[in-house]
Amino acid sequence: MTATGVGPEADIVVHEVVEPPLTLRSRLTAGCILVAVGLVCALLLGLPAHGTAGFALSPGSPKITVSLPAQATCLVLGLVLVLLGLWHGVRGWPRSAMRWVLSATLLCFVVSFLCWAVTGQQGTSFDLLGLLQNTILTAVPLVLGALAGVLCERSGVINVAIEGQMLAGAFAGALVASVAGNGYVGVVGGVLAGAVMGLLLALFAIRYLVNQVVLGVVLNGLALGLTGFVYDALMQPNADALNNPKIFDPISVPLLSDIPVLGPLLFEANIIVYLMYVLIVAVDVALFRTRWGLRTRAIGEHPKAADTVGIKVLAMRYRNVVLGGAVAGLAGAYLTLGSVGAFSKNITSGQGFIALAAVIFGRWSPRGAVAAALLFGFTESVATVLSFTQTPVKIPTNFLLMLPYLATVFAVAGLVGRVQAPAADGEPYVKE
Amino acid sequence: MSSDVQPRRRLRVSGNVAVTALAFLVALVIGAVLIALADPPTQAAAKYFTAYPWDTFTAAGRAVADGYVALFEGAIFDPGTASQGTLSGILGPLSETLVNATPLILGGLAVGLAFRAGLFNIGGQGQVIIGAVFAGYVGFAWHLPAVLHVVVAVLAGILGGALWGGIAGWLKARTGAHEVITTIMLNYVAYYLLAYLLSVKGFQRPPYGQAISNVVEGNARLPHLLGGNLRLHTGLLVALLAAYGVHWLLTRSTLGFQLRAVGANQFAARTAGMSVERSYVVVMVVSGALCGLAGVSQILGTNTAITQDIDAGIGFDAITVALLGRGRPGGIVWAGLLFGALHAGGVQMQSATGTPVDLVVVVQSLIVLFIAAPGLVRSIFRIRTQGAGVGQQLAKGWNG
Repeated sequence: MTATGVGPEADIVVHEVVEPPLTLRSRLTAGCILVAVGLVCALLLGLPAHGTAGFALSPGSPKITVSLPAQATCLVLGLVLVLLGLWHGVRGWPRSAMRWVLSATLLCFVVSFLCWAVTGQQGTSFDLLGLLQNTILTAVPLVLGALAGVLCERSGVINVAIEGQMLAGAFAGALVASVAGNGYVGVVGGVLAGAVMGLLLALFAIRYLVNQVVLGVVLNGLALGLTGFVYDALMQPNADALNNPKIFDPISVPLLSDIPVLGPLLFEANIIVYLMYVLIVAVDVALFRTRWGLRTRAIGEHPKAADTVGIKVLAMRYRNVVLGGAVAGLAGAYLTLGSVGAFSKNITSGQGFIALAAVIFGRWSPRGAVAAALLFGFTESVATVLSFTQTPVKIPTNFLLMLPYLATVFAVAGLVGRVQAPAADGEPYVKE
Repeated sequence: MSSDVQPRRRLRVSGNVAVTALAFLVALVIGAVLIALADPPTQAAAKYFTAYPWDTFTAAGRAVADGYVALFEGAIFDPGTASQGTLSGILGPLSETLVNATPLILGGLAVGLAFRAGLFNIGGQGQVIIGAVFAGYVGFAWHLPAVLHVVVAVLAGILGGALWGGIAGWLKARTGAHEVITTIMLNYVAYYLLAYLLSVKGFQRPPYGQAISNVVEGNARLPHLLGGNLRLHTGLLVALLAAYGVHWLLTRSTLGFQLRAVGANQFAARTAGMSVERSYVVVMVVSGALCGLAGVSQILGTNTAITQDIDAGIGFDAITVALLGRGRPGGIVWAGLLFGALHAGGVQMQSATGTPVDLVVVVQSLIVLFIAAPGLVRSIFRIRTQGAGVGQQLAKGWNG
C-alpha cells in the first residue's frame, strides 16, 4: 500500500509503505493457535516424558552428547510458546517479527517433540547427527528441484514439470552411467536429459503459448510414460548392462571434515551434494547481484518493460528454462547416482512437486526455497527415523510418512498465505 | 510467406475435430516408433541394418501392426473371441472400454468443471481414494436392504470426494493457498491414509496378510448392465447423467453462470457482486464430489475390494480427458471413451505382444500436448485451423 504525501514543494513526492494493522480477529486466531501449540508441547508431550533425553552429535568417539531433562525442556518451551501466543493476542507482533515468531514456534515444537519421542528408549541416546545428515541427503533433490523452479519462475515460466525433468534426469543418469561405466558421464547425461525436458517446456510455453500449469502436468505424464516404457521394454531385461550405475563415494574435504558436528554433517558427502552447495550460492548471487539476474527478474516481473530497454525476453526465457531443466536433471541424477543406485519406475515419487511447493513456500527466492526444501527434508527424515524408534506412544508409520505433505499444506495455507508470485509468472509474452 | 503473393494451396480444416484427429494421428505415429524400438525382432534385425535394411523395416512394420491390432482387439472388437458366438465374446472388448471410460468421464467432468471456474484440480487421485474409501466402508461395514444399501454407499462416496475437494477449496478461499499445491499434497495425504486404513482391523480383510480391504457386500454393488460375465456396470449411466448435470449446471443455472464468470475474470465477477471465495469452495466441493463418484465406480462397480491402487491413475488421466474434451461435458464424454478404449486396448496389447502398457500414457500425453498446441499441429500438416489452443483460455499464473 502506498501513501503519497505532497510536501511544500509540489514536485517532491514521498512514497512510504504503510502496512495495514492486523485485525483483532486474525491476531486472536493466530494467538490461540500459538497457545494451543504451546499447550500441546507442555501437556501432551511434556507431562508423559520422563527422564533425560540424550542426543548424540558425533558418529563415533569422541562422543558429543547433549542431554536434556525431557519434561522440564518440554514445559519450558511450551511456556515460551504460550507467552508468545498471549502477547500476539493482546498486543500483536509486528509483521516483520512474525517470521521469527513462527520459526521459534517450529523450533520449540520440534525440540519438544523429539524430547518426547526419545524418552521411549531410555538409556540410549538418539542419533541427532544421523537425523541431520539424513535431512541433507533427503533434501538434495528437493533443493536442486526448487532451484530449478526458481530459475524458471523468476523468468516468468511456471515450472510444474520439475517432477518430469527430475525423472528424465534420473533415467538418463542411470542409463548413461551404466553404458559408459562412469558416474560423471552419467551426471552429464542426466543434466542433458533434464535440459531437453526444459527445452520442451520452453518451446511449448513460449512458442506455442500453452497454459504452463497444464503443460507441466502433461510433460510429467510424458516423462513418466516414456521412462516407464523404456524401462519395461529395454532397461529391465538388460538390467546388468543398462541399469547398473555405481553410487558415488563420499569425498571427505580435508581439514573441513574434521570440524566436530559440522564436518561429518556437511563435508563428507558425494560430488552432487558439493555441486548443490555451489549452485545454491551461485543462483542466489547471480539472481540478485549480477546483470543476468537483474534481467531475469525483469522479464519475470514486466517483460514489456524489459523488452523496451532492449532485453531479449524470449531468448532469455528459453535459456533460463533450459538451465532450470538442467538443474532439475541434476536432482534426478542424484536420485539414481547419488542415493539409490538404480533407476526404477517413478523413482521421483512426487519429490518434484514438493520442490515446487518449496519454491512457493520460499516465495520464489533461492534462500527461501532452500530453507523450505531443508524443512521438508527434515520432516521426512524425522518420519523415517521415528518409524524405527520406539516412541512412548506408537505412531503408525503411514501417519509419519504423511508428515511432509501435511506440513506443506499447513505451510502453504498457514504461514505463507497469499503469496505474490513474479508478476508475469505464467504469462506468455507476445511482442506486439 | 506474405499474403499478397499467390496463396499457397493448403488443406483447409476448420474446427477442433480435425486438430484432435491429427493430434491423435501424430501421437500414434510416435507410439509406433516406440513400439518398433522396443520390439526384440526389430532390434535383432537392426544389428545388420547396413546389410539388409529392409529386414528392419519389415520387422518394425510387423511389430507396429501387431501392437495396434491388439490395441483395437482389446478396445473395440476381437474376431478371435467373437467367433465363439457368446455375448461376452462379442461385446467383451467394448464392455472393457466402457468400464475404463466410466471413471475417466467422471474425473474428466470434475477437472473440466474446475477449469471452467478458473481452478486447476490436480487432486483427483486423493478425491477418488477418499470417495472409494467412504463408499467401500459403507459397502462392507454396514448392512442395509438391497436398494437402500447401494444408494447410501454411493452418497457416502460422493460425500467423501466432496469433503476432500472442499478442503482445498476452503483453504484457497480462506488463506489463498494455491489449489495446485494443496491438491497435490492432499493426494499424498489420502494415499498414506489409505495405506494406514489397509493395515487396520475392521477395514483390512482377514487374515490381515495383504493390504486389501473387506469385500463390498452384494447389496451395495452397482448392478451389471449386460449380465454377470461382462463387467459393464450402471456406473456408466451415472457418469452420463453426471455429464448432463454438469452441462445443465454450467449453461442453465445461476450458479454455473457465476462459476464461469469467476473463471473468466475473477475481478469482474467480484465487482459484479459475486462471492469469488464462495465459488471456489462450491467448485471444489462439486469437483471433488464428481471424483468421489469416480471412486464409487471403482469400488462398487469395477472392483469389489479396496487396494492401494484403487485410484488407478484416474487423477492424472482425468486431467488429460478434461483437456481433450476442452472442458465441455459433451467433449469430455467422447474424450473419456477414447482414453477408456486406449486403456482397455493397452492391457490387451501388453498381454498379446509384450509392449509395455506405459505406451498408452505416452500416447495420451502426446495427444493432449498436441491439442494444447494447435500451432504445432498446424505447422506439421501445413494447415489453417481456427480456434485457440485448449490451454489458452485458462492461461493464468499463480497470481490469477
